[in-house]
Amino acid sequence: MCGLSYDSSPAGEAVRATNESTLIPIMKNLFLALLLSLSTVFAQAAEAPQRVVSLGGPLTEIVYALGAGNRLVGADISSLYPAETAKLPKVGYYRAFSVEGVAALNPDLVLATDQAGPPQAIEQLRRLGKRVIVLPGAPTLDALEQRIQGVSAALGLRSDGSVMAAQIRGEVEQLRRTPSGAMRVLLVSNHTGKLEGAGRDTAADAMLKLAGAKNVLAAQKGYKPLSAEASLALAPAAIVTTNMSIQAAGGLSQFLAMPGIAATPAAKNKRVIVMDDLLLLGFGPRLPEALRVLKGGLVGVTMASR
Amino acid sequence: MSSPTTPALTIASSPLQLPRGLIVLLALLAVLILLVLVSSASGAVRIPFAELPRLLFGTPTSDEELLWRNVLLEVRLPRVALAVVAGAGLTLTGAAIQALFRNPLAEPGLIGISSGGALGAVAAIVLGAPAMIWLAPAAFLGSVVATSLCYHIGKRQQGVGGLLLTGVAINVVCGSLIGLFTYLADDNQLRSLTFWNMGSLAGATWSSLAFLAPWTLGLCLLLLRQWRALNALLLGEREAQHLGFAMKPVRRKLVLLVALIVGPLVAATGVIGFVGLVVPHLVRLTLGADHRWLLPNAMVAGAIALTLADWLARVAVIPAELPIGIVTSLIGGPFFLWLLARRAF
Repeated sequence: MCGLSYDSSPAGEAVRATNESTLIPIMKNLFLALLLSLSTVFAQAAEAPQRVVSLGGPLTEIVYALGAGNRLVGADISSLYPAETAKLPKVGYYRAFSVEGVAALNPDLVLATDQAGPPQAIEQLRRLGKRVIVLPGAPTLDALEQRIQGVSAALGLRSDGSVMAAQIRGEVEQLRRTPSGAMRVLLVSNHTGKLEGAGRDTAADAMLKLAGAKNVLAAQKGYKPLSAEASLALAPAAIVTTNMSIQAAGGLSQFLAMPGIAATPAAKNKRVIVMDDLLLLGFGPRLPEALRVLKGGLVGVTMASR
Repeated sequence: MSSPTTPALTIASSPLQLPRGLIVLLALLAVLILLVLVSSASGAVRIPFAELPRLLFGTPTSDEELLWRNVLLEVRLPRVALAVVAGAGLTLTGAAIQALFRNPLAEPGLIGISSGGALGAVAAIVLGAPAMIWLAPAAFLGSVVATSLCYHIGKRQQGVGGLLLTGVAINVVCGSLIGLFTYLADDNQLRSLTFWNMGSLAGATWSSLAFLAPWTLGLCLLLLRQWRALNALLLGEREAQHLGFAMKPVRRKLVLLVALIVGPLVAATGVIGFVGLVVPHLVRLTLGADHRWLLPNAMVAGAIALTLADWLARVAVIPAELPIGIVTSLIGGPFFLWLLARRAF
């Protein structure tokens, strides 16, 4: 077995095919190449983590977008995109993940945002000797750039991360320059059968701002139960919501019939934009795509679905 | 004619009852020790049972052993210890409150402790406490304020009924204020609130236990010594008074002890319901109502119940975890129903 592999190996053939005069430079080159590859292997072993646990859907997306999805050994249950994430062991929701569950996956890197919890969990992971990188979770383009830079640096893919961040910023800036019409928009979510409207200081509000739309609930802070009367008075020209909200309502027609939705100009004109939750609100690397879908829906397409 | 110390007050229906209480207590203690061992030895990270002593007392020789040791010392043991302490405290106070109100539906939450604590924590989160450090003191303060309000308004009424009614009103007020704060909360705060409301032992650390364990167990010992008063209360307040127990000081002492025990527990673990309500019943169904044995047995049984629940919460959906409140009610509820049906009450 050993002899066979020696005979068929290119290095062996190279040695046999050369005469005395060319042997020495080739040996030298081989030695250099060996040294070089050894040093990169060594550097990778020292720096680039190979067993990564990601606590947060957008962080997981970034890892996949950097082409390092194969290094993930676990994620939280909000990691739903891309489809390969379904195969990863799940350590719970990123705000209430299991410290020991993460440790059991034996990661050499844990990626988290500052929203991860429970309190003390990050501290406990570090005390277990785990390397934890905590990145800003805020719904802004700047924070997204920091997430990408942070993840790529931690994975030893810093230059890829810079390219990706620059490209996303470029696309977002370009999308922001395209006309939007400053439409009055209501963004609602529905998880329990009751509609909740998104006010300021939410990822939803940040998306509407980026899309150049006017959030009709900008006076309110955070998500609040939507009063049917108030939503009629606000008269949104378009309504944006998520796939899960439509599911919770029992379908699009049921959603459109809900009090607070039915009599709005948006519902009458069937200008309702339904987007995937993580795409719309995640502020991950698909931000330009999300903006494109959202703006497309606001500018003219009715009943855009994504 | 009798002083509170006469043994005539122990409700001994048969002379066999005393040793039986002791036997059950020893058996429960053995179960608790076994459970603590099993619970410490299992979890998402597989640690061989035989390695435990060496990990605890020896020095780790490999990276793997270092991880095992750290998981054991930093994550599991504080959690198991908190489960034992919290289970014991919640159940003992549950038993005491049930005797004080002479009502099987009573639990510490009835006099505003849990809702007051929850209100304190929610207020701290929503009013923007700069750090989680403020959460526990705020919760404790909420518990004590709500309970003392409850006591001072309630004592104007004759008997324990006033305390009960005031407790209901205090709970309503606290509940609505929690609702108001929840409404005012932003997205991030809301998620912290939910987490806190579900109850969890995941936040256990040695530094918090260094205070919580001696505090809770010390006060529990004081409460255990009240067994004669609690036995007398079973006959009725007036009867207890005739037996020589000054009812008002006894009531005050009991309420104070319960608040001081449960307040910090609520602050440390959030709201873990059910254990304090049901476990005392389980013990009463098996041992009878003599508080001399009911109280210590309830304490150990509560420690067993919460340790068991937390262990199941940790190992049921590895590598994730279930919220402990779900486990306590999912296992405890049907078990209790079965027990009731079997006994044909």
